[in-house]
Amino acid sequence: MRMIACLSPISGGTLQVLGLDPMRDGPQIRSRIGLVPQDDTLDLELTVRDNLYLYGRYFGLPKKQLRERVDELLEFARLTERADERVDPLSGGMRRRLTIARALVSSPSLVILDEPTTGLDPQARHLLWDRLYRLKREGVTLVITTHYMDEAEQLCDRLVVMDAGRIAAAGSPRELIEQWSTREVVELRFEAEGHQVHGDRLADLAERVEVLPDRLLLYTDEGDATLDAVRSRGASPIAALVRRSTLEDVFLHLTGRSLVD
Amino acid sequence: MSPALRAYQYNLLAYKRTWRGSLTTTFLYPVLYLAAIGVGLGHLIDHGSNKAVGGVPYLWFLAPGLLAGTAMQIGANESTFPVMAGIKWLKTYFAMLATPLEVTDVLYGHLLWILTRVALASGVFLAVMTAFHTVPSAWAVAAFPAAVLTGAAFSAPVMAFSATRETDQSFVVLYRFGIVPLFLFSGTFFPVTQLPGWLQVIARCTPLYQGVSLCRGLVLGRPGGWDALGHAVYLLVMFAGGVLAARVSYRRRLVQ
Amino acid sequence: MSTSGVPAFALPLRVLPPIKVGRGRARLLVERNVVAYRRGWIFLVSGFFEPLFYLLSIGLGLNHLVGHLPIDGRSIPYTDYVAPGLLASSAMNGAIFDATFGIFFKLKIAKTYDAVLATPLGVRDVAIGELSWSLIRGTAYSIAFLVVMAALGLIASWWAVLCLPAAMLVSFAFGGAGMFGTCYMRSWQDFDLVSLAIVPLFLFSGVFYPLSLYPGWLRIVVTLTPLYQGVALLRGLDSGVLGPVLLVHACYLGLLGAVGLVGASRRLGRLLLP
Repeated sequence: MRMIACLSPISGGTLQVLGLDPMRDGPQIRSRIGLVPQDDTLDLELTVRDNLYLYGRYFGLPKKQLRERVDELLEFARLTERADERVDPLSGGMRRRLTIARALVSSPSLVILDEPTTGLDPQARHLLWDRLYRLKREGVTLVITTHYMDEAEQLCDRLVVMDAGRIAAAGSPRELIEQWSTREVVELRFEAEGHQVHGDRLADLAERVEVLPDRLLLYTDEGDATLDAVRSRGASPIAALVRRSTLEDVFLHLTGRSLVD
Repeated sequence: MSPALRAYQYNLLAYKRTWRGSLTTTFLYPVLYLAAIGVGLGHLIDHGSNKAVGGVPYLWFLAPGLLAGTAMQIGANESTFPVMAGIKWLKTYFAMLATPLEVTDVLYGHLLWILTRVALASGVFLAVMTAFHTVPSAWAVAAFPAAVLTGAAFSAPVMAFSATRETDQSFVVLYRFGIVPLFLFSGTFFPVTQLPGWLQVIARCTPLYQGVSLCRGLVLGRPGGWDALGHAVYLLVMFAGGVLAARVSYRRRLVQ
Repeated sequence: MSTSGVPAFALPLRVLPPIKVGRGRARLLVERNVVAYRRGWIFLVSGFFEPLFYLLSIGLGLNHLVGHLPIDGRSIPYTDYVAPGLLASSAMNGAIFDATFGIFFKLKIAKTYDAVLATPLGVRDVAIGELSWSLIRGTAYSIAFLVVMAALGLIASWWAVLCLPAAMLVSFAFGGAGMFGTCYMRSWQDFDLVSLAIVPLFLFSGVFYPLSLYPGWLRIVVTLTPLYQGVALLRGLDSGVLGPVLLVHACYLGLLGAVGLVGASRRLGRLLLP
């Protein structure tokens, strides 16, 4: 992230941003990028409006044009009513929206967002997604990092799954699911500790079976048929659920379930 | 242990971690002023007409003034930002109120702590004064409670004021337009008779002038009877008024 | 996310705003500080009064008691003697606060510079901009103080018109040095060091009396301090007592400020663009 924004030297390989060389053309590149860093870095001594205004000034925008742009962005971020307050009392979601609006002040061709919705409540997240989707429709390229697979599924055309700094898979959300998972997943829960035993017994009913401490996952293309087959073998789970495969399944399959800190 | 003492204990424990930072303002700076202004300028002032200021060397004149001035500064400063921290920044007051402590316990505990700080600084400064040979009389022992009283007279009203504030901006104003001019014009550095007539009258009415006169009289061994009593009563009334005001403003701010 | 996470750029480039890319944007940091202080103007204004109160108190109140002091064979009233010294400390006060506390807050607490560097501005713009702001504040304090001196009849010579650029040099020196030192501070506790430097400088750098009162070794130590250099420079100009030594003082201050600026610029680069 920092390398793309020309804030860190390149650690290896080659990198071109907007066709330019980050080592040589840092200021040019930055003038066309909008950055939404993970820790907002809003100017605490300024009001909401001045945060946008001065950020635009850093890009060298003329004052008059900038004032109009700031009003538009306040509207876009739904912060018009809070425009003349300081940043301090704003909620996390408001700050995030302000940071995104700030990144847009220079009408960038590329916006980089580092975990844009981490720590936000569901309402705030959906509002942000809506705003980001609009940007995408307007033709702005968004580069987003996220730990939320639902977010990636919502927003991304092209997705790269990273594991310990390496690319584990790449493609559209649809492609990834097709490639790395089955169409549907059957989740079964049994009494007590029997999951391993049941798992062994039902292994041939699905393409892949995953045994977890609290449930059993059967990866299959026809969920309902598989569930019927399970029942016909006399297994009686206390809970059963058929659902579509998600990116989360892909992610967990590719990167494993053990905690990485 | 009484409830207010339990609140006091919190400050004592917190101070154990941060006392190093306060060494400079509490102990070092008053001594630097004494050395730079008292010894340095004193050399020029006493030159020729020795004992030009009130019949004593300038250093003797300045030292008790600085004693009272330091007591005021610590009493006032410790009652601004730390009070704001208790209410807003660290919210330690609210943490205390979530226990069986009452608002007045929180207030008295903190006030007592501030007076402890004033007493520590005054005690050390009196010792330094003795080392500088500026204490001609045994009456100086009584200057210790006089200095603490001066600090107390500032502390309580300033606490009352701080508890009504939303931002720290007014503390800067209080310091620069209140505390600093008082420190400089209340007879600390020169007799108020050097001021133009009308300013003299104002200077004689300020609370720090009472503290300076009281301390100076005691340190120089001429406490001055009724005058001294007048100064002490002035400071006591200011302290008591401050405590009453602080009770009101603390309750208003902390009980919602 | 690594470099390979960047999608290919099939999109046509959007219309760019009229941006002159490159240097010379330091003034935008000054603009930011002006806006930021709009609500805190009382901090700016009140800071000027401290040296003024000292002038009225020690300068005027002690005037009769001290009498006249000799300077270059002449003897001048004590108030006239103290005034240029307090002008120097006023220039110092004006510059040092934003160069230390202000920059630390923006660098470590609010991470303001991280946001600034994501724009076309670079580290050098930040360093130059912040130092310019400190210089502007110091200059404003100096002008106000000079006006008061003139009103009180404390300006003895036409050479005193040079007091303003000289006071600006003092601000530049302390702004640069303060900024450089701040880049090495880790927490607010370290700021005790700032006042631990400023208070003794103010008291012992010859603002209030000539260094001849000191024993020999102390005189040498004090002569080497930046505030003494400023006091000596301003006192010489104010009273019209000139000599090549004033140029030495001026060079000392200019050099200190320049070293501070270059050092701070490098250090900021290492901190912000690892």
